[in-house]
Amino acid sequence: MVTVQGASPATRAVVTNHPRPPRTLRPGRPPKATGSRVTPWLFLVVPLAFLIVLTYVPVANMFWYSLTSWDGLEPEQEFVGIDNFVQIFTKPEIFQVFFVSLYYLVGAVAQLVLALYLATLLSFRTRFKNLFKGVIFFPYLINGVAIGLVFLYFLRPGGTLDALLAAVGVQDTPQWLGDPSFVNASLAATSVWRYMGLNFVLFLGAIQSVPSEQYEAADLDGANSWHKFRFIILPSIRRILGLSFILAIAGALSAFEMPYVMTGGANGSETFVIQTVNTAFKFSKVGLASAMAVVLLLIVLIITFVQRRVFPDEKGGES
Amino acid sequence: MSRRPIIGLAATAAAAALVLSGCSGGAANDDGDPSGEITVLTNRTDLVDTTFKDYATEFEKQYPGTTVKFEALTDYEGDAKIRLNSKDYGDVLLIPSSNVTKDQYANFFEPLGSTDEQSKTYRFANEASFDGTAYGVSTFGSAMGYVFNRDVWTKAGITEPPATEEEYLAALEKIKANGSIPYYTNYKDGWPLATLEGNLGAVQGPKVRTEMIATDSPWTEGNDQYNIDGLLFDTVAAGLSEPDPTTTNWEESKNLLASGEISSMVLGSWAVSQMQDAAEKAGESRDVIGFWPMPWKTDDGFTSVTASDKFLAVSKYSKNKATAKAWIDWFTNESGFAASQGAISPVISDPAPDTLADFSDLGVTYLELAPDPVGKEAVINDIANAAEIDLFGNTYRQKLIDIARGAADGDKESAFADLNERWAAARADVAE
Repeated sequence: MVTVQGASPATRAVVTNHPRPPRTLRPGRPPKATGSRVTPWLFLVVPLAFLIVLTYVPVANMFWYSLTSWDGLEPEQEFVGIDNFVQIFTKPEIFQVFFVSLYYLVGAVAQLVLALYLATLLSFRTRFKNLFKGVIFFPYLINGVAIGLVFLYFLRPGGTLDALLAAVGVQDTPQWLGDPSFVNASLAATSVWRYMGLNFVLFLGAIQSVPSEQYEAADLDGANSWHKFRFIILPSIRRILGLSFILAIAGALSAFEMPYVMTGGANGSETFVIQTVNTAFKFSKVGLASAMAVVLLLIVLIITFVQRRVFPDEKGGES
Repeated sequence: MSRRPIIGLAATAAAAALVLSGCSGGAANDDGDPSGEITVLTNRTDLVDTTFKDYATEFEKQYPGTTVKFEALTDYEGDAKIRLNSKDYGDVLLIPSSNVTKDQYANFFEPLGSTDEQSKTYRFANEASFDGTAYGVSTFGSAMGYVFNRDVWTKAGITEPPATEEEYLAALEKIKANGSIPYYTNYKDGWPLATLEGNLGAVQGPKVRTEMIATDSPWTEGNDQYNIDGLLFDTVAAGLSEPDPTTTNWEESKNLLASGEISSMVLGSWAVSQMQDAAEKAGESRDVIGFWPMPWKTDDGFTSVTASDKFLAVSKYSKNKATAKAWIDWFTNESGFAASQGAISPVISDPAPDTLADFSDLGVTYLELAPDPVGKEAVINDIANAAEIDLFGNTYRQKLIDIARGAADGDKESAFADLNERWAAARADVAE
């Protein structure tokens, strides 16, 4: 029995009741830790409680609401089965919102390409590298509502963009937000400006993890920049590229922040999530809106599944 | 002994303290004297630390032993509606009118008396009633019309309010020729478009809501709904509104009106004092802002529909209903809030505000909508929701403006025909 001087009753009790095995170097056998096995769970209780109460319970409720015709206030909900889902797919407005998400999809692809290009450029020796990195990432840190409001001033007739274009001689500019054929492109561009920084930083990190000897070896073999990009960088960042792609698609389908702040969904810029929000809160059709949310979830799940098939995760892989 | 049970006990006690602090004890004060604390929910984030604080001090002086606390919500309608699902929405609150229908009032609010009784002292009592019981007291009322810049209109040669829609559009054309934007829709912020619905009843009379739920095509000539949306459509289609509606700005519009860059907006009389304040700040005289009735003059003269802004109600789950009711009484009768807003006071015996000076000169008749038939007060909202036409909102009007300015397909006939079709279908839906 081992007595420990000056230790608390708890420690003494633990040490007395569970004598430690000798500290020999046995491979694969870490020394037994003090404390009970319940401690990690105790630490997890609070975050788990938050997760369950604030995420899983509402989502479970939402699945239930999607099968009812609840209006958000009635004390009882009336079960209607899959009526809501049928309604969604027979509404003509649904095609308009999916057409709008095409703009955001194109924007998302442009976002990835641009982020990858800039990340590659700034991984190598460039002057003012850190300044550029800061400038590119900065928009992601600003509040989305603030960005929306500033871009409203930027895009109004006679606003900053028009002034810039006039300075280079382009006089007859269209209404960037007022013209329905431009409004979605303008909003998607604003979204790209805001979120590109995040993709950029992810790619930058991934590219910088490529060991530099590979570039030297490639130089010795006579590879130019494009070869280096295609054969060294791209394979190395395949995983992060796949992940960013999936996030970009999901983000494009559920575009909400920029269009809601800037146009409220008016003038043909309504996205799927804006339509869901309006259905729930303007027209008091919480049941139908919950069904719309479930549909969006299913679409994202299907896309994830497809992506996993096309870009499978390599096991035990080299990064 | 190990410390673990003690730690566990302490953790449980802390967690319990956090959770149980939400429960309040003590007996409810339903009919006694006003005393204790009440919480008042409000949407006036701009007044809660200044004017309302003064009101609270006055009230507490009159009823010693009471404390009034305010909770200001920026997105009042949205936040209040969500809180109604819980039992915790203050003691006094404003009824979130855009999404709670009248047949649901009894679930959330305390009855304040019979409608007949309330109508003897207060205006607009039937707008917050269901089944003959009143659940809310009006905070203030507004009359509908349009604010305009007197200087711009006089310069264009118009000194009398246009009597018909044709005269009105002709007047706006003259103003456009002088270089000012005749009408500002406030499309981007949206809610000013929602206020247009206040004109319901100007031509059809006080029973318009009953007539509207009985018809399959409210957007037909001769109906108020047709007049309201038709006037907006024609104004925009004739190019008499701002060139890019998607970038309008409410706060800026006040300055634009004061300076004459825009010259009119259809709003309620509550807007007059705000416009006058902006004019004063811009260095103009307050008198440059005028308020005229809508261009639907009949043989009896001009009519303006008056309606209430939000209603004060007592929460059904309040633990201090006596004080809550006392606060409502005091606020309505003695605080002078309505007068401070330049609005129509809810107390029948109070005088008309100065902001309606133009109306008194013109001898405008004020019209208050009749109460809905008992039990059918919620039908108009139900039909509107089912048809996804937000009558008291702005989405469908934004669509109409888009069609009028050529940004969406269609014209006035097709747009109104579509609205009538959806209304008829929803009406059949709700009736079953």
